[in-house]
Amino acid sequence: MQAQTSTPDREISLDERAFRIRQKALRMGEVQGQGYVGQALGVADVLAVAYFHATRYQADDPEWEGRDRFLLSIGHYAIALYAALLEAGFVAESELESYGSDDSCLPMSGMAAYTPGMEITGGSLGHGLGIAVGMALGLKRKKSDSFVYNLLSDGELNEGSTWEAAMSASHHKLDNLIAIVDVNNQQADGPTPTTLGYEPLVDRWEAFGWYTQRVDGNDIEALVEAFDNARKHPETKPRMILCDTLMGKGVPFLEEREKTHFIRVDADEWQKALEVLEAGFKAS
Amino acid sequence: MSQAQQNQPRKKLTTSAMIASIADENQPTRPAPFGHALVELARQREEIVGLSADLAKYTDLHIFGQAFPDRFYQMGMAEQLLFGAAAGMAREGFIPFATTYGVFASRRAYDFIAMGIAEEKLNVKIACALPGLTTGYGPSHQATDDVAIFRAMPNLTIIDPCDALDIEQAVPAMVEHQGPVYMRLLRGKVPVVLDDYADYRFEIGKARALTEGNEVLLISAGFMTMRALEAAEQLRADGIGVRVLHSPTIKPLDEQTILQEAQNNGRLVVVAENHSEVGGLGEAVASLLMRRGINVPFKQIALPDAFLDAGALPTLHDRYGISTEAMVRRIRGWM
Repeated sequence: MQAQTSTPDREISLDERAFRIRQKALRMGEVQGQGYVGQALGVADVLAVAYFHATRYQADDPEWEGRDRFLLSIGHYAIALYAALLEAGFVAESELESYGSDDSCLPMSGMAAYTPGMEITGGSLGHGLGIAVGMALGLKRKKSDSFVYNLLSDGELNEGSTWEAAMSASHHKLDNLIAIVDVNNQQADGPTPTTLGYEPLVDRWEAFGWYTQRVDGNDIEALVEAFDNARKHPETKPRMILCDTLMGKGVPFLEEREKTHFIRVDADEWQKALEVLEAGFKAS
Repeated sequence: MSQAQQNQPRKKLTTSAMIASIADENQPTRPAPFGHALVELARQREEIVGLSADLAKYTDLHIFGQAFPDRFYQMGMAEQLLFGAAAGMAREGFIPFATTYGVFASRRAYDFIAMGIAEEKLNVKIACALPGLTTGYGPSHQATDDVAIFRAMPNLTIIDPCDALDIEQAVPAMVEHQGPVYMRLLRGKVPVVLDDYADYRFEIGKARALTEGNEVLLISAGFMTMRALEAAEQLRADGIGVRVLHSPTIKPLDEQTILQEAQNNGRLVVVAENHSEVGGLGEAVASLLMRRGINVPFKQIALPDAFLDAGALPTLHDRYGISTEAMVRRIRGWM
């Protein structure tokens, strides 16, 4: 299935899409002087492949019935998804400057009512996969061939409700459900493995009845293959793509900075980050 | 009673099955009014689907499941999933009826109903059994705080029907209403009471006066309206006129009717509810009257602010003051 988007003037590679998503996220972060840019930089490659290779949508008609549904349960990743929605044309470029400001359509935490293309209200973690199960059941009732995608974080795997939904998805043979976990090893109080260990992730998801792949979430080619496999897999099972990502990816001084839920970015560093990002992209 | 019988220790009543009938002996009842009403409506409304968390049989949703097996979704004993999935189905244009017990919906799944359903005004209909004191199994099953918990949730309509007739009329009203609704469900053999009141119709947001009386205005919801009507009849014999105002919608409250009735000729206002005295219909009415400056004598008949005992329902209803006899005693005492 082809991604249906506003046609760009020229063919833009997935690498460049990922770069532009990172750029937009940094620009939004600069507006507020803060934000979950570490996560956005880390997950940009996943979103580039999701929005410019894997999913079907019409940016000028976010409610289009034939679309694939992309659910962001991790509301604090909104800055990353906004960057993708801006890049895909759901949200006008001019809105970028309003990020996190009063009455903006781009609030700090993602909510369905505010932003075109934002399917659900995230933020209370552990909700997305259950809603995805209901939507996947609903799409099957309607005999739709659309997929439901749900982007989760590794921290979100702490929530018991995620595992209720995991059981249910395989029980109901939801082969139209593709979950993606951003495995960046960080949550609010510290590294995920010391907060509530989750390995072995592949074994756990397979044991729950999911067709499971684990890939380098910052490797575009690997992601393309994983998304293709997930869509084409013949078994009537839900599909899981575990993506190991690096927070701050693309901006070396942020990649190396002490990792926490929030990566500190000083006021004078936003422009530097944008420059380093661009230089790194041009050199690649 | 013979001397021998008097010397025997009185045999205590025993806790009945999980869901004890609240019907009095010889009272007319109808079986599973919710399940049958839903089946009837679902024949015309294809977008209706049913979901339960391993309690379909105990919420009368199995009737729907038998009639429409492909429209019934078993979500397992997973209430967070139940309401998340119901939200997802509503997003895809269906009208899900999601059922479990009131305790589990309100205490365990609150966040999922709040953020998944109510915040986005999704069209999910929540029908929950064992409201208030309708089981003798103790606090784990007695939803004595569900209304208090849910009243604070924006966008959620809360209804507490009285009998089989009320439920049968409430089901289509829930579907006509755009947005989430929480119904306190009476299931199994449900008494039929309101058919004695020819003009009565259930309507979301409307309270209806059922009797005339100049001494007491008795505002009630749920099966407490059945008790209120019985109490009114007994009090009439004492010359105490009781106007019973059935208010099956707890949120939004029918403020206009309640204010009109409360301002009328200085009656004692009594609110009777099958719920904790904290945060239910009684406090909703009291705060309405205070906010509007209506200064009338006010009394509350409700369950105490406590985790309640296990036991037989007649024992417990008497112990906690919501049996007809207890109501009559207390109202007489206030006159």
